[in-house]
Amino acid sequence: MLHISLWKRVLILIIVLIGVVFAAPNIFYNRVEGHNDAVAAAAKGESLTPEQQAAQAGWPDWLPSDIVNLGLDLRGGAQLLAEVNVGEVYKARVDALWPEFRKALAAERGTLGSIRRLNADPGVLRIQIGNADQIAEAQKIAETLNNPVSSLTGVGQKTLAITTEGKQLIIQLSDAEKAATDDRTMQQSLEIVRRRIDAAGTREPTIVREGADRILIQVPGASSAQEIKQLIGTTAKLTFNSVIGTSSNPNEAVGSDQEILPSADQKGLYYILDSLPVVTGEDLTDARPDTDQNGYPAVAFRFNASAARTFGDYTQNNIGKPFAIVLDNKVISAPTIQSHIAGGSGIITGRFTVKEATDLALLLRAGALPASMTFLEERTIGPELGADSIAAGKMAAAVGAVLVVVFMIASYGTFGVFASLALAINIALIFAILSVIGGTLTLPGIAGIVLTMGTAVDANVLVFERIREELRNQQKAKAARAIELGYERAMSAIVDANVTTFLTAVILFVLGAGPVRGFAVTFLIGIITSVFTAIWVTRLFVSIWFARRRPRELVL
Amino acid sequence: MAFRLKLVPEKTTFDFFRHQKLTFGFSVVMVLASLVLVLTMGLNLGIDFRGGTTIRTEADQTEPVDIGAYRQAIAPLDLGDVLITQVYDPNFRADQKVVTIRIQAQDGQEAISPDTQAKVLESLKSVNKDIKIVATESIGPKVSGELIWTAIWSVLAAVAAILIYIWLRFEWQFSVGAVAALIHDVTVTVGIFALFQIKFDLSIIAALLTILGYSINDTVVVFDRLRENLVKYKKMPLREVMNLSVNETLSRTVMTSGTTLLALISLLVLGGDVIRNFVFAMTWGVIVGTYSSVYVAKNIVLFIGLDRNKEKKDPSEKFFDKTDVATD
Repeated sequence: MLHISLWKRVLILIIVLIGVVFAAPNIFYNRVEGHNDAVAAAAKGESLTPEQQAAQAGWPDWLPSDIVNLGLDLRGGAQLLAEVNVGEVYKARVDALWPEFRKALAAERGTLGSIRRLNADPGVLRIQIGNADQIAEAQKIAETLNNPVSSLTGVGQKTLAITTEGKQLIIQLSDAEKAATDDRTMQQSLEIVRRRIDAAGTREPTIVREGADRILIQVPGASSAQEIKQLIGTTAKLTFNSVIGTSSNPNEAVGSDQEILPSADQKGLYYILDSLPVVTGEDLTDARPDTDQNGYPAVAFRFNASAARTFGDYTQNNIGKPFAIVLDNKVISAPTIQSHIAGGSGIITGRFTVKEATDLALLLRAGALPASMTFLEERTIGPELGADSIAAGKMAAAVGAVLVVVFMIASYGTFGVFASLALAINIALIFAILSVIGGTLTLPGIAGIVLTMGTAVDANVLVFERIREELRNQQKAKAARAIELGYERAMSAIVDANVTTFLTAVILFVLGAGPVRGFAVTFLIGIITSVFTAIWVTRLFVSIWFARRRPRELVL
Repeated sequence: MAFRLKLVPEKTTFDFFRHQKLTFGFSVVMVLASLVLVLTMGLNLGIDFRGGTTIRTEADQTEPVDIGAYRQAIAPLDLGDVLITQVYDPNFRADQKVVTIRIQAQDGQEAISPDTQAKVLESLKSVNKDIKIVATESIGPKVSGELIWTAIWSVLAAVAAILIYIWLRFEWQFSVGAVAALIHDVTVTVGIFALFQIKFDLSIIAALLTILGYSINDTVVVFDRLRENLVKYKKMPLREVMNLSVNETLSRTVMTSGTTLLALISLLVLGGDVIRNFVFAMTWGVIVGTYSSVYVAKNIVLFIGLDRNKEKKDPSEKFFDKTDVATD
């Protein structure tokens, strides 16, 4: 039956209409983008400039305003792939355990003997007890401090792996806890990277986790990857430690509770510090650029209530002693405590420039990265190159489309017109879907669309050729019957052909990275929409045309 | 009678197996030649797979670019292997001179350090003070190593998925034929890249996978008709059924390849140099893919032979309601 039931017609028309409406904002790209930016700024509570208000009025609120996200290769911008050194967190975790274990074990000093921390690999705590025969007892005490892992996958497992070796206790994170820690480290890193980039005020960055320990950062419009790298490459780990002494020898032997760190501004000067910080940057509630009493740039900060108390107590008990402010393993300054600092606020001085002070304040506000990052990949694409690429892509797509349409109409006449209309609808649908799902259009993506144009007509060609055959084979066959048979018989080839193409596109998407994925997305969407338009939209056109004309003889 | 462009006459009776030995031999020679080329000349691997940095510079100048001057300017930086090529594109303005500089991965660092990049730009300014860096890409050895494996895996996974699908929908002989055709297409395309030393990067893998998709699409259409005809003409020799099927689908094959090539060629000419290699791979792949579905896939099926006595229902009936199809 060439007849398509009313509800199907309506459904097809609705889908096409929705597609066209949702694709439409892309035609007015700049206007819609300006509108969206203004709306986003307003939502953040910023007061709008007259230009922004004009931009907001430039596109009606009731129309869809999703537009295709242009990839960096089209818009210009920077991309970084960072690997988070998740292992670093183990060391900090294990180091923080030492006082707790020392306290627990020291309570039994009578039976265990002396308790000493030995130097060990990072992330491993080695404790030696005096009486070797009491090691089992020491392990038992250590186990009381071992907690179950609080993650879904690690149910029933403990946080720590505690083993013994002679008269040493060896304590490290268990595998389950390591996995849970890695996950937390990644979450936290993502959050902090996002906060730092947001604070720098660039538009719609993409910050996503990739694989187990990587973060992909794309910042459209950024002039270089270097800029972003400086912003997010700093760990911004701030601690306040008590100073034990100074030295000029970076390799000087220090106690197991101590560390030796270089001065940030004085070459050859090293500080010996208590490795357990008094307070850390995590306890900051605010940080902003300021000036010190001499008018030099500085960073003013404020602690939360509990850290303010700790800091107050410490300063009260250590008046006259130096106190180190450590940022990313460098001592930025070591002032002498003049008086009891109550209230939990203070300033950090350290021969900053104004920009350094501003950046440091921003970094401290956003929080410290839990671990440092290594950059595995960097790309910067200048905006001009992007604009050139868009122009070239548009031109090629337009010429390609015209050629395909001419070829189709020359070959199939009216039916070719239907196929071409369906092709236009197909492209509108691709843009509509890309816009709504927030997909990104890249240069290879444009190639994907162009390829879709070529292959989208394939399903139509299969049908039309089949109709031709039916017309030839059964001379007496009515036109309507031939069309019907054409659609029915071509179906299995269309499905088989498209399922296999679909499979490769899915594999492209799943395994692909970067440009490959951009291509796969448009290609995947293109396959779906082209099957829809070829099977239903052209069929609807043909059926409407047929109902009106009622041709006795069909020329195809 | 309305005008219709018909590239293929209504009824054709080409004997596609007449030069069977010649065509199949040609394919085998092409595949072997490609393998030899890849092994001897190697592929011109891009930084995606080798690690390193590509810097794209642009300068407004009417006089030709002096690559030697670029090389001399960068030489003192001691960056190891540096490859400098000028980019030509018909879409460029007359005074737009584009050069890409490829620098090998530097020891002990993943991505290139920003100051190296700044130094390169600084040095280049001595050649032409208006040189701008319009794009940089830097990929560390760690990622590039992984990318090679992902690329190989994705091609293998695609072939496996296709093998299984065809096997389920048709018979195993078809799936062997289809996969042989795919391997043919991929090998010959990679061979072309080795022969002309065209830069082989991640996007080329995407193109290869697309070629797989396109080629299988073509092959499946022929197979689909073959399956239908096998049921229809039970007594006809396999060779003739195959010929008939290819002839019947020939006009579709030409139409589809034609439209796809029209679209791809406009992209090849007008799409800009950034994606030219990628589009070239696809264009070439469409040509090879069309050839292989006619000349490679079926030859294999014919060679293996089909068990035609086994009563086999058209599996497509399971998928579609065909109740109103006239049985002739």
